[in-house]
Amino acid sequence: MRVVIAEDLFLLRDGLTKLLREHGFDVVAAVDNGPALQQALLTAEPDVAVVDIRLPPSHTDEGLQAALAARRRRPGLPILLLSQYVEQLYARELLADQAGAIGYLLKDRVSNGGQFVDAVRRVAEGGTVLDPHVISRLLVRGTARGTVTALTDREREVLALMAEGRSNQAISQRLHVSESAVTKHTANIFTKLDLPISNDDNRRVLAVLAYLNR
Amino acid sequence: MTDGTRAGRAPSRIAAAVRGSRLVGDSVVAAVTVLAVGAAGMLIPLGVGVNLFPPAAARLRMLANRARARAASWSGEPLPASPPWVADQDGFAGRARLCWQILGSRGFWDEVAWATLDPFTGGVLAAGPLALIVYGLFGALVQPFLWATIHAFADGNYYAVIHVDSWTNALLAVPLGVLFVVLGVWSGPWWLRQHARLTRSLLTTRRAELARRVEQLTDIRTEMTDHSAAELRRIERDLHDGAQARLVAMGMSLDAAERQLDGDPEAVRALLVQARESSTAALQELRDLVRGIHPPVLADRGLPDAVRALALEMVVDVTVRAAIPARLAPPVEAAAYFAVNEVLANAAKHARPHQINVDLRYGAGRLSIEVVDDGDGGADPADGTGLRGIGRRLAAFDGTIAVDSPPGGPTTVLMEIPCALSSPKTSSSSGTV
Repeated sequence: MRVVIAEDLFLLRDGLTKLLREHGFDVVAAVDNGPALQQALLTAEPDVAVVDIRLPPSHTDEGLQAALAARRRRPGLPILLLSQYVEQLYARELLADQAGAIGYLLKDRVSNGGQFVDAVRRVAEGGTVLDPHVISRLLVRGTARGTVTALTDREREVLALMAEGRSNQAISQRLHVSESAVTKHTANIFTKLDLPISNDDNRRVLAVLAYLNR
Repeated sequence: MTDGTRAGRAPSRIAAAVRGSRLVGDSVVAAVTVLAVGAAGMLIPLGVGVNLFPPAAARLRMLANRARARAASWSGEPLPASPPWVADQDGFAGRARLCWQILGSRGFWDEVAWATLDPFTGGVLAAGPLALIVYGLFGALVQPFLWATIHAFADGNYYAVIHVDSWTNALLAVPLGVLFVVLGVWSGPWWLRQHARLTRSLLTTRRAELARRVEQLTDIRTEMTDHSAAELRRIERDLHDGAQARLVAMGMSLDAAERQLDGDPEAVRALLVQARESSTAALQELRDLVRGIHPPVLADRGLPDAVRALALEMVVDVTVRAAIPARLAPPVEAAAYFAVNEVLANAAKHARPHQINVDLRYGAGRLSIEVVDDGDGGADPADGTGLRGIGRRLAAFDGTIAVDSPPGGPTTVLMEIPCALSSPKTSSSSGTV
């Protein structure tokens, strides 16, 4: 699997390159600035890109802008964005095209190599991966607004994991329950929140996020 | 803070009428003095004026300073006195130099203009309430007894609009007279305030204005240095108790793990997990700290998107409209951002609104931010430390905050900061959130 990495700190760029190579990825480009990333996204034909949001030369959200621009030219190009901060505003912008194959994680998550590589794979396969931090803040807001108060605690846990972009199988492993139990919970959630039930994982994530963003 | 119409310590209504009459007397004295100053000034070329002019100018200044003090106490705003004229050396040469100095001073000519105009404009304003009262008393107390006599002498005995030629009309004049008296007494403080305002505009010297400005800036500087010192202390404490402590814990976990490397692999695993948790917690604390110092979206995108990001975190529905063609200077952006943050938090906490609208505009060299909520209203800027704190911080940029919050709402907070645009727009062009 061909991967492009954009990260301006050498130690982190080097660490990401090694980590992904160890897990069988083919790192075709590892760049340290916005313009070089734009170039690499359009010419290196990556299957997935791992991109730091803040990049030189401007040290603002150049990685995000490059990712959005590249996806406008190649819709659905899989990109996983990393940042020291997660912002609801940026999450919305990344999800706006509804094409899936997008990820938005805190940089801390790379310290758990296994989970991080799993996230890269899910994005490459067209999935949506959102940082638990984004989701938990959405749930806090949803609770205060009274939009998720109809759910039980367990259903809220399942909702959070769905919103992070996890499959029923992954949720069942995480919560140590059977997959059929998870299926039952998700059905309950969709009924209570009056959402259309969908078997397509990406659609499911988008529906849940749209609901939480209300 | 906004410089609205402050009530000031205007004298009571009855006293206002009396003092008004004294002002008329004073304005006559000022007029006589300015004539004397003029005469002495014209005699300067003859030499004798050099001895007469400085004392005359000093007398004028004394009268002006008295008027300044009075205007200050009645309008509630300070109006500093001008220093007396003093020759820097004795003898004829020193006095001649002083004459030259006085004639070249703008303050002197301001005082001449004041003393010349005061008997006309100021006198009318000062005498207004007294005239109303006297005329009212005439109508109420004198007309009923003397109308026949006056009518016999003058063909048209008019009291205001009433032609007094019969008992009926004379009695009709009584309530009208009472009305004039009441009006004169009631409006007294207003006339005096207008007089004070006129005196202020004539007698505020540039020098005094600058002195006031320096005083204001000194206050702001003290405020700012205190504020930033407190901020630095808070950051130091947060780092010390938070991230630093976590990193120490992490180092200890790693050290313990190293010592157990040859022994118990399970214990090593547990220690490493602990170390990773410490690093995650340290990062989270650093993130929160940075967000409080300078929010990342503000640095990336500027004010409109930073406020939109803020709106997304709010439980209440917040609509953001922005028309700012370019980035603002970083300190202005930061001040405006934290001000909006505080106003939104205040509204959500106290007013229980369903909807908040934020409108960001730039025009005529100033940034205007309007925050309107449909909550309970009744917010008093003098009461809440939050709103007052915002006002103090905006004051550092000569910014203002005005609050309109009738009981029952809606509450409108308008903040304005004079500033320049710094760089072309880099913010996203999305409309509302």
